[in-house]
Amino acid sequence: MQRFSAFSLFRHGLGRHQDWKPQWRKASPKPAYDAIIVGGGGHGLGAAYYLAKAYGIRNVAVLEKGWIGGGNTGRNTTIIRSNYLFDESAALYDHALKLWEGLSQELNYNVMFSQRGVMMLAHNIHDVQVLRRHVHANRINGVESEWLTPEQAKEFCPPLNIDPNIRYPVLGATLQRRGGTARHDAVAWGYARAADALGVDIIENCEVTGIKRDAKGEVAGVETTRGFIASKRIGVSAAGHTSVVLDMAHVRLPLESYPLQALVSEPVKPIFPCVVMSNTIHAYMSQSDKGELVIGAGTDAYTSYTQRGGLHIATHTLEAICELFPQFRRMRMLRNWGGIVDVTPDRSPIIAKTPVKGLYVNCGWGTGGFKATPGAAHLFAHTMARDEPHPINAPFTIERFRDGFLIDEAAAAAVAH
Amino acid sequence: MLVINCPYCGERPELEFSYGGQAHIARPLKPAELGDEEWNAYLYLRANPKGHHAERWRHIHGCARFFNAVRDTRTDHFVATYKIGEPVPEGSRT
Repeated sequence: MQRFSAFSLFRHGLGRHQDWKPQWRKASPKPAYDAIIVGGGGHGLGAAYYLAKAYGIRNVAVLEKGWIGGGNTGRNTTIIRSNYLFDESAALYDHALKLWEGLSQELNYNVMFSQRGVMMLAHNIHDVQVLRRHVHANRINGVESEWLTPEQAKEFCPPLNIDPNIRYPVLGATLQRRGGTARHDAVAWGYARAADALGVDIIENCEVTGIKRDAKGEVAGVETTRGFIASKRIGVSAAGHTSVVLDMAHVRLPLESYPLQALVSEPVKPIFPCVVMSNTIHAYMSQSDKGELVIGAGTDAYTSYTQRGGLHIATHTLEAICELFPQFRRMRMLRNWGGIVDVTPDRSPIIAKTPVKGLYVNCGWGTGGFKATPGAAHLFAHTMARDEPHPINAPFTIERFRDGFLIDEAAAAAVAH
Repeated sequence: MLVINCPYCGERPELEFSYGGQAHIARPLKPAELGDEEWNAYLYLRANPKGHHAERWRHIHGCARFFNAVRDTRTDHFVATYKIGEPVPEGSRT
């Protein structure tokens, strides 16, 4: 692997940047692997990287039906935070946040992780009570979080309108200073490059069409559009299409797939210093390094695989944003799109073994999977390598629904759902 | 925005409707006799197909009545709408 550094940039500059090598190989499937990951997003590529790096399993393939990072990894609003309410969630998301903090160095790839602070707005008395409870719960769990008055919120984010007479007045806000954003594509590419250097095959345009099981019922491999590939260890990390893939092994999961929309504006000079989220009005916004305002809306009401979404959903979000940030009223939106998110009944993910031996699943991230990318990837790799969960993801089983041990972030309101 | 054909009122914009999840899930007749697996299936396991999906809708800002629909989740095209109590129309099986 060619290492990136100021020196290598200078040296390639002397050659007019003509001699850069591709960052990873275009692999073709081998007949068999020690482990297969289905889904070449950040979570899947990261899991392959950690399998090779931390657990010594290097004969690994990542199968992607399209191109890597082309699903939800390339369709989210890149917000990273760990201020979740419950102990299990705080441990999970803070594990990810700690990995984010060293990720660029570890991968030798600039993922542009920027800890610019994530502010969550309270618009009514209920919001204030719930968010203050969150601040206390976070601090007990060692996740720093603080409460801001409207004036302090305005100081931290000057474009914010704190007029008490608007439709959604700002009564206060929480702030996680360690939160922020990262460059979504760079995360997928950085993991792909680092995994490839350790021997992982990244196979694009290879859709899984069947999961083969042996006489004992254990997984034996996958049928794909590029032929059969054998493996005794298969991890599915397919986001909104997890139900479709696991249906091939007759495993039913408590998942429903919904479209979630996002949109970006025309690029402007730096004006927006942090991430602002509002769960009450389903709006979240930040400014990318390119200068675009990146805006996230809510999910549609109905299940769908269309990667679109109703215009009225985005309109609702934009109306709220125009009132909170009146100076953006005349900005033009350049692009909007939808991603398909797999939602569990308690809005917490599943990183677990399935009832089929050798088959593992990382799913149910719903509307908030990007922030967990390094943590989910690491824990999923651990679960696949050891055939048992890491203590952090041990509560995130499939059986928790049957057994009544839900991790009910759905009612916890600090989750943008 | 979708245009949905309410079996009572005809075609109306999606904004007048609310979604009610998967259709034809029967309440258990003898709840006390259900085990954990059956409760899990009844409460949490849903179809989530990529294709035809039978689902409940309610014309909340119209006649306020529930009805069922079959929609293709790949395109959001409504294959059929039909009244509560009627079977899934022929040709639009999920």
